[in-house]
Amino acid sequence: MIRLEKLVKYFHRGSVNEVLALNGIDLALAEGDFVTVIGSNGAGKSTLQNAIAGGFFLDSGKISVAGKDVTLWPEHRRAQLIGRVFQNPLLGTCPSATIEQNLALAALRGRPRGLARGVKSRDRQRFRAELARLGLGLENRLEDKVGLLSGGQRQALTMLMATMIRPEVLLLDEHIAALDPKTSAQILEITEEIVVGGRLTTLMITHNMHHAITYGNRLLMLHQGRVLLDLHGPAKQRLTVQELIEQFHRAQGEELALDSLLLG
Amino acid sequence: MTFYAAVGAVEQGLVYGIMAIGVYLTFRILDFPDLTVDGSLPLGAAISAVAITSGLNPYLSLLLALIGGVLAGMVTALLNTRFKILHLLASILTMIALYSINIRIMAGPNVALLGVPTVFDPVIALGVPAHFAGLVVFAIFAGLVLAGIIWFLGTELGQVVLATGDNPQMIRSLGVDTRTIIVLGVGLSNGLVALSGALVAQNQGAADVGMGIGTIIAGLASVIIGETVFGCRTMARAFIAALLGSIVYRLAIALALGLEIGGFRFNPSDLNLITALLVVTALIAPNLKRRLIER
Repeated sequence: MIRLEKLVKYFHRGSVNEVLALNGIDLALAEGDFVTVIGSNGAGKSTLQNAIAGGFFLDSGKISVAGKDVTLWPEHRRAQLIGRVFQNPLLGTCPSATIEQNLALAALRGRPRGLARGVKSRDRQRFRAELARLGLGLENRLEDKVGLLSGGQRQALTMLMATMIRPEVLLLDEHIAALDPKTSAQILEITEEIVVGGRLTTLMITHNMHHAITYGNRLLMLHQGRVLLDLHGPAKQRLTVQELIEQFHRAQGEELALDSLLLG
Repeated sequence: MTFYAAVGAVEQGLVYGIMAIGVYLTFRILDFPDLTVDGSLPLGAAISAVAITSGLNPYLSLLLALIGGVLAGMVTALLNTRFKILHLLASILTMIALYSINIRIMAGPNVALLGVPTVFDPVIALGVPAHFAGLVVFAIFAGLVLAGIIWFLGTELGQVVLATGDNPQMIRSLGVDTRTIIVLGVGLSNGLVALSGALVAQNQGAADVGMGIGTIIAGLASVIIGETVFGCRTMARAFIAALLGSIVYRLAIALALGLEIGGFRFNPSDLNLITALLVVTALIAPNLKRRLIER
């Protein structure tokens, strides 16, 4: 459950480098929507996720998550509603801490932290069970430092950490882009299981049109800070990569035509 | 080096080791190079000395010194996190401000602590010879601080402090305000440094506004020597290494100062040069070792 109303964000406003990164984005996701987001570089995909997560404040617009207006909430406060996985596998986990310590940090996402033991023995059972779901053998390595894990393993762990407390919205920012093909397929599988299995409202950015079509129940194409294409259910299911590319060019072409009209 | 010089060096190593533990917390754990310590060490000394000469219990004066140090560290951290002043600069600003504040607290550049009760009295009363009292008291305090910090870093809050230094983006996305944690951590670090300063003052019989000069360098030297000699594979080990590093550092200095080659002797004023050489040696030693093994 998330509503975005007329999001506008400029970067470097007032300078020669001014960029209109979000140009009035309106979007409402229903509970359990698994949305794939595509768009060329600079389309505003990551900016959109950062706006939702609270990496910066908007120039105008309103964001509400689970019925709460979070527009003015700082990033760490929004974290009680939002789970995140980053493109860079190094960003989602703490390398010098052990697997169980990382999981324990995630198990308290958005909650106050006190002077109780960081890793409690009763948690370990649960951690083991959750790790076993990944099928990577991490359940036997609870006390290994995360810095020893591969990028794929770290990303799988981050998926688990982001969803350990059920997030109202899960933001995946090209979370498989930095992995080799075999590992990324594995992580996608894990993603599918966690997101569909848990009916999590999810926004997944991808560069891979094939993935964008195969996964999720809704597809968004962003271009120059606006939603160019928004396909649901059957319309998305019938989609082929070829059609998607055509739609992209058509939409872009219209825009170019519009531009030349204005400029001409 | 005489036996008494060695005892003195270990004693110094233990008491300044508490400071080194504080420096480890900011420098290594929080990745926050903090020069406030050059001001918070004499701050602790000043608070403790003034409290004792005003008739307060010496142990209570340590608590006041600790609180004073925590506040000083928080000022630095707030300048950095709220007002976006570079951490090094923020800490230098607090440090120079503390110079004036310390003179205000003491109503002068120093306070003598002669013939007043100190934390060593109960130990001496137990029958420990006076020249070992420092060693005993400092060993107890250093042990308590070490145990306390290792316990703290294992708690939910302590784990967040570790993660804040390691991966701030990650811990923010898990709902932690990293700014608050930095304020807490830098505060705690300077609290320990001030505690160390208070103990030093009671031991040497005076608090002096100049006693903080070079604190950060001694702290860094201890941390780096500790890491090189004793390793830092686990968190507990790293903190123990910082404390032991402080002892090694003081022993090395005592050794160097006692050295006589032909007609040449080091002066106490050569201390900074010796420290610089020690740190450089400790920094390049792991590299040299690796190269030698590879050959």
